[in-house]
Amino acid sequence: MTRVMTWFIKNPIFKMVGQRLAIGLGTLLVISGLIFVGVEALPGDLAEAVLGQNALPETVAAFRAELKLDLPAHTRYFTWLGEVMQGELGNSLASGKPISELIGWRFKNTLFLAGTTALVAIPLALILGMLAALYRDTWLDRCLSISTLAAISFPEFFVAYILITLLSVKFALFPSISSITRDMPLMVKLHTITLPCVTLTLVVLAHMMRMTRAAIINVLDLPFIEMARLKGISKWRIIFNHALPNALAPIINVIALNLAYLVVGVVVVEVVFVYPGLGQLLVDSVSKRDLPVVQASGLIFAVTYVGLNLTADVLAMMSNPRLRHPQ
Amino acid sequence: MQKLNELESLYTKGRISRREFMRRAVIAGMAMAVAPTFFPKGARAAEGPKRGGRLRVGMGGASTTDTLSPAVLTDMMMQTLVYGQLGNSLMEIDNAGQAVPELASSIESSADASTWLIRLRKGVTFHNGKTMTADDVIHSINIHRGKSSTSAAKPIVKPIQSIVKEDAYTLRIELATPNADFPYILTDYHLVIVPEGSDGTDGVFTGAYRLKSFEPGVRSLTVRNPDYFREDRGWFDEVETIGINDINARTNALKTGQVDLINRCELKTLRFLERMPNIQLVKQNGYRHYTFVMRTDTAPYSDNNVRMALKHAVDRQQLVDAVFRGYAVVGNDHPISTGNRYHAGDLPQRVYDADKAKYYLKKAGMDRLKVDFHTADAAFLGAVDAGILFRESAARAGIDVNVVREPNDGYWSNVWTKKPFCACFWGGRVTEDMMFSTAYAENAAWNDSKWKHRRFNELLVTARGELDEVKRKAQYGEMQRLVRDEGGVIVPVFGTDIAAASQKIGFDTPAVNWELDGFRAAQRWWFKS
Repeated sequence: MTRVMTWFIKNPIFKMVGQRLAIGLGTLLVISGLIFVGVEALPGDLAEAVLGQNALPETVAAFRAELKLDLPAHTRYFTWLGEVMQGELGNSLASGKPISELIGWRFKNTLFLAGTTALVAIPLALILGMLAALYRDTWLDRCLSISTLAAISFPEFFVAYILITLLSVKFALFPSISSITRDMPLMVKLHTITLPCVTLTLVVLAHMMRMTRAAIINVLDLPFIEMARLKGISKWRIIFNHALPNALAPIINVIALNLAYLVVGVVVVEVVFVYPGLGQLLVDSVSKRDLPVVQASGLIFAVTYVGLNLTADVLAMMSNPRLRHPQ
Repeated sequence: MQKLNELESLYTKGRISRREFMRRAVIAGMAMAVAPTFFPKGARAAEGPKRGGRLRVGMGGASTTDTLSPAVLTDMMMQTLVYGQLGNSLMEIDNAGQAVPELASSIESSADASTWLIRLRKGVTFHNGKTMTADDVIHSINIHRGKSSTSAAKPIVKPIQSIVKEDAYTLRIELATPNADFPYILTDYHLVIVPEGSDGTDGVFTGAYRLKSFEPGVRSLTVRNPDYFREDRGWFDEVETIGINDINARTNALKTGQVDLINRCELKTLRFLERMPNIQLVKQNGYRHYTFVMRTDTAPYSDNNVRMALKHAVDRQQLVDAVFRGYAVVGNDHPISTGNRYHAGDLPQRVYDADKAKYYLKKAGMDRLKVDFHTADAAFLGAVDAGILFRESAARAGIDVNVVREPNDGYWSNVWTKKPFCACFWGGRVTEDMMFSTAYAENAAWNDSKWKHRRFNELLVTARGELDEVKRKAQYGEMQRLVRDEGGVIVPVFGTDIAAASQKIGFDTPAVNWELDGFRAAQRWWFKS
């Protein structure tokens, strides 16, 4: 038993995971404080934002009293923090609905879009990256580089509008708005989100592909690859069995960053395609100063980043035999 | 054939004449293909309403913070859902701009217009099966009253002193001051009737459709209420409202047939949309107007000569043409639109006149004037462009307008009523009294120009209680003149609400009190066969 314990403690992966989780919690605490200060610093509050031009002083006062917005900022923050510690996200100030209910469905949608895009984009990026490395400096390599870089250079909404004009308005292949509902069958859902999925794929593809290419090319210049080549092993086997495993660490990191982006950074695409994801909720909540919802969404985004980075580090370590089998 | 369809569509929309249509058709060699029934005899044959179908609306003005509470209803999505599909008020505005009974069956006032007797329609049931009585109505109005109320309609119901239940279907309302327009107040979209004890958030109302599902900011689905008390309303089987705030996404959704109706079209691309054969535009010249507000309690705007100089330095027609692409109507520096009952059409139209501006400037004892004009697109879409055009036209009149672009975020709390000269918009009001009492009366909270005019304020009270139509028209006419010539607000432009719909949709002349036929397209419109 003690041997197992010491193995766990001594194993660098578990040690790192433990440390990183602790640091992650600290990060979340700092982020929640920053979000709170940030939203507080914005002019106006929920009462004024909701009532807009109709804000009469006495209505605003009644509104603030009802939602306890008249309490000092630090009191509100620590009340909120105390509730979150007990796993209670609270209610939205604007609609009075439980935040978990508001966020749940939208977060699922965000994950659905991000997941589908990842399933398409990651294998595609790896394959194209390997092809580009294999046929380095040929026309194929250049074409891939130019086209993916071109796609990433345009703003997302521009790519989205081009796709809509072509594939939706001109040839009615896919719907121009991706308003999915709770009771849609999976195939219909996939068809509905085709265009945002393609848009996001185009946006994230170049980064991952270029990194795959660069990492593999890096490894290809090492002596052991030359050795393999001299032994007469086929090009594909060299890349797949010898180069790729040694190039994985940086690729994994880039993939993790892009995955995180797919979860937290797609609000523009959500707006253009009217996709009910988490980004739109966050934007609306900020503009209405609905602090608990902003906090909750912000924390989810932060958890995503911290979690994906941690996963990337763990995977990178596991891809390295020296770290996998410590002395 | 595609070309012919386009020509036909241009003709039906009145963009080309019959002669022009035939000329183009002959050139295209298609004259023979024109259906003999295409040119109707006389007016276009009216096609009556028909039941059935699912109306899909692409709605701009949706937010994930939306709620079904009638006390909030911040934007189009909720206004058309709660007031347009689910609920009813005691009175409604018809397409002639008149207040007519809806849940009330009759309304009559005492001779001094301060006591109102309202009889309710009998046999109206809520979506949960409960019969509507006076108790429900009293409860529904009281939601907005009282000290602790957070309702946006609080100022609207403020004149109500007491509500007394006479019997189960009759109530008597006492007003603090006489108001001949009280029936119009009862048409307000916040004042929808909910069952006693409810705050409306469960979606139970009396309206033509019942709520099936609602996802704030995303989508709502309603189905026809078979027990609705009106036979001539609610033609669709189902109404699906999809929140689409992005204007391009909305337009594309209509073009690709994913929705049948969109609101708030983009003016820049409107002519392309108008040319599409299966799409019709619905234009409403309503009460909405855009204003440049000067605080009359702050120098130099405290001098009416300065205000008059600035009023003459705005090129209204240019604003209409350049900022609103022709889809707007020039204003005459008062907030009463041509759609209002007592619009003073006999007042001469104020036009851009650099010489007059200089004349008033001189009268104020100045050679040149330099002012800061605060604006942002939050005030109204195009307000920044309007500011720039204003600067150009004012420069020729010797006035240096410095356009200060403010952030959209928090515009209403930080700029409007705070800065001495800024851009603003008003949704307008269905009655002259509501408009003037809200934004021009001396003690009104939203008197954004801080204007205090004795004669105007006297007239306001007199006209409010005046039941004689002729006298009233004269009084409101004088008030419009006072605001125009002495007020602190420049009203350069009245907006046009433009929606676009599939040609399959039929409707009567829309009511202009709110966008989309007074928010009630889903109730009043239908699918043609």
